[in-house]
Amino acid sequence: MEVPADLEKEIDERITHYPVSKRSAVLPVLHALQHHFGYLSNEAVEWTAAKLELQPIKVLEVVTFYPGFRQSAPGKYHIRVCRTLSCAMAGSAELMESLCESAKIDRSSVSHHHPIAVSEDGQFSIEFAECLASCGFGPVCMVNDDFHEKVEDAGALLGKYRD
Amino acid sequence: MSDEGKPAVEMVDIQIDGKWHKVPKGTRMIEACRQAGVEVPHYCYHPKLTSPGNCRMCLVEMGMPARPRPGEDPPQPDEDGHLPISWMPRPVIACANTVAPNMGIRTESDLTHACRQGVMELLLINHPLDCPICDQAGECSLQEFSVEHGNGGSRFREQKVKKPKNVDIGPRIRLDDERCIMCSRCIRFTDEIADDPVLGFTDRGSHTTLTVHPGQQLANNYSLNTVDICPVGALTSNDFRFQMRVWFLKETESLCTSCGRGCNVTIGSREDKVFRMTPRENNDVNSAWMCDQGRLNFHYLASDLRLTDPLIRVDGKHEAATWAEAIRVSSEALGRCQPNEIALIASGRMTNEELFMARRLASVMKTEFVDIVPRNGEADDYLVAADKNPNTTGAKLILGIDEPGKALEEIRKGIAQGRIKALVVLQENLIDDAGFTAEELGKLDFVLHTYPLANPTADAADVVLPGAAFSEKRGSMINVTGRLQRLNRATDGPGQTLETWEIVRDLIQALGGGNGIYLVEDVFKQLAAEVSEFEGLSLSKIGSLGIPLVETGETVPLLAREQERIAKGIIVG
Repeated sequence: MEVPADLEKEIDERITHYPVSKRSAVLPVLHALQHHFGYLSNEAVEWTAAKLELQPIKVLEVVTFYPGFRQSAPGKYHIRVCRTLSCAMAGSAELMESLCESAKIDRSSVSHHHPIAVSEDGQFSIEFAECLASCGFGPVCMVNDDFHEKVEDAGALLGKYRD
Repeated sequence: MSDEGKPAVEMVDIQIDGKWHKVPKGTRMIEACRQAGVEVPHYCYHPKLTSPGNCRMCLVEMGMPARPRPGEDPPQPDEDGHLPISWMPRPVIACANTVAPNMGIRTESDLTHACRQGVMELLLINHPLDCPICDQAGECSLQEFSVEHGNGGSRFREQKVKKPKNVDIGPRIRLDDERCIMCSRCIRFTDEIADDPVLGFTDRGSHTTLTVHPGQQLANNYSLNTVDICPVGALTSNDFRFQMRVWFLKETESLCTSCGRGCNVTIGSREDKVFRMTPRENNDVNSAWMCDQGRLNFHYLASDLRLTDPLIRVDGKHEAATWAEAIRVSSEALGRCQPNEIALIASGRMTNEELFMARRLASVMKTEFVDIVPRNGEADDYLVAADKNPNTTGAKLILGIDEPGKALEEIRKGIAQGRIKALVVLQENLIDDAGFTAEELGKLDFVLHTYPLANPTADAADVVLPGAAFSEKRGSMINVTGRLQRLNRATDGPGQTLETWEIVRDLIQALGGGNGIYLVEDVFKQLAAEVSEFEGLSLSKIGSLGIPLVETGETVPLLAREQERIAKGIIVG
């Protein structure tokens, strides 16, 4: 893992926002790394720990707590399907199924500790998310940073992104 | 320790379960209850560690005097000066809150009982009920509190959460995450005491998992203390697990003899076999901890190399003999020597009583050549002392040695020149530990050697006597800080093993110096009469925590840091 000089500069700047304890900068540093690399490898965890003068386990505790941090590489397009009550009633399970079918994603190895599944071609990855705050228009999902409501046709949705 | 010069501690009146007590201001509620003889059940709280208050087992009811409403008359104190208590509707944790004047605490009420029952029910939801094969069974807080505060049955019908089992988190420790109740004592110990923060909780939530960072290990020299403070069977010692059910262990208060610190320990033994050593709290010596190296240094007690019988060399071969014969042969050989033809090498691993008998023997044999084998190593910044002999201080005091090892050179020279003709070697392996050679010992007319194990010095000796090891004797030692402490006998030595003071007593008697010593207490009595530092003392007066005897100027780094944390109010201590 090679952290580019400009990224490191940005991270160093973010750390200055927490003059009392560097440990407090752990979230912004991790966000910056995940934004750049797409996920947080063990190397990224150790790099962060060294940067903030912490033991790596103290960073890993944070990474594994927040579902927003990924420990494995996502696809080019990462899909988050809401599974909270309104969306669940509106058919999020069916949406997940049709998205997986359309993107050829096998979710059989997904577990609590490994929530993300990636398609064979690496184009798409998918996971369930908790409420995405559009409860009147379920089922909803996000593809990278794009928000989609009342998703009915999984194939059409993915078609917008397919290269 | 003297309390002179310290400001008087302000005392406050508090009511615990209806009775009024006086406790120092700032005392944690849980400690105030303990001082009043009331136990508050807890898991995460440990007086030597910070209090995160995460287990919620110590919830109690708390009340304070009511503040009068505007215009209302203030409440009137009763004849003892106590104000009526107004109880809070919610419970508070006793471990992290401190007492206040006129505070009320209820540890036994419908609310506290319901709280404990609730905490127990939640803890047991995912805890495996594998007590029959769990090493902690018999000394498990979860088991104990289940009896006192748990429910008869479980309402849980769903699947228990699966977590990693039998995890190798370090060279001496195994982790069962399903048994972990997330009290975080081990994490706090590695963070705050051992300065090796490798443990942490990942996947916080219903899957909270205690773990070490990938590629790291819990391998520091104090790691096994986490097993002691783990209230359940999550952390177990590779050395002790599955060796013995703890309820069969006889517990004997004694000392670790692996270095000069003299950490207080509890020896767990059954039928003359030692199964484990665990630290015993002594705030003047080792706090509540000990190092792994010292803790595990007892397996040689059950070694195949243990000497079991007195041996006499006949035509170049050692043959088993009776004690009477061995003592007779030895006293005859030693009796033929002139003054200063014998040298006596004792050991800093011997008790004060044994050293005192060695001193007697030296005077009966009329020799000035007396020394011990020095054992210098590295100290750490915690408990381990640089002096690897547990009783150098005692040896200096009793044998009158200023510089251990100095006379050894003199003795070797004497042997080389033929001036010294006989050697009495008590509990030391001269060839492996003091640089002597078999040729050197071969030059002597007579070598007497006591030791627990077969060793090269024994091979070169004319009479070899099985001397007891540390768990097999009662006596006293003085640690590097000058504290007089007591060893107690946990096991009997194998075969005909005797304690060194007994062996030397018999030898002195055979050499013509009757002494009227029958018990180790008699030895101590004579020691107290002859060596001024011990004046007025007896073995029983030493007590289980020892007494400061001499000033050496040494301090304990770990205790100094503990005192700092207590002064800052970070820990109770």
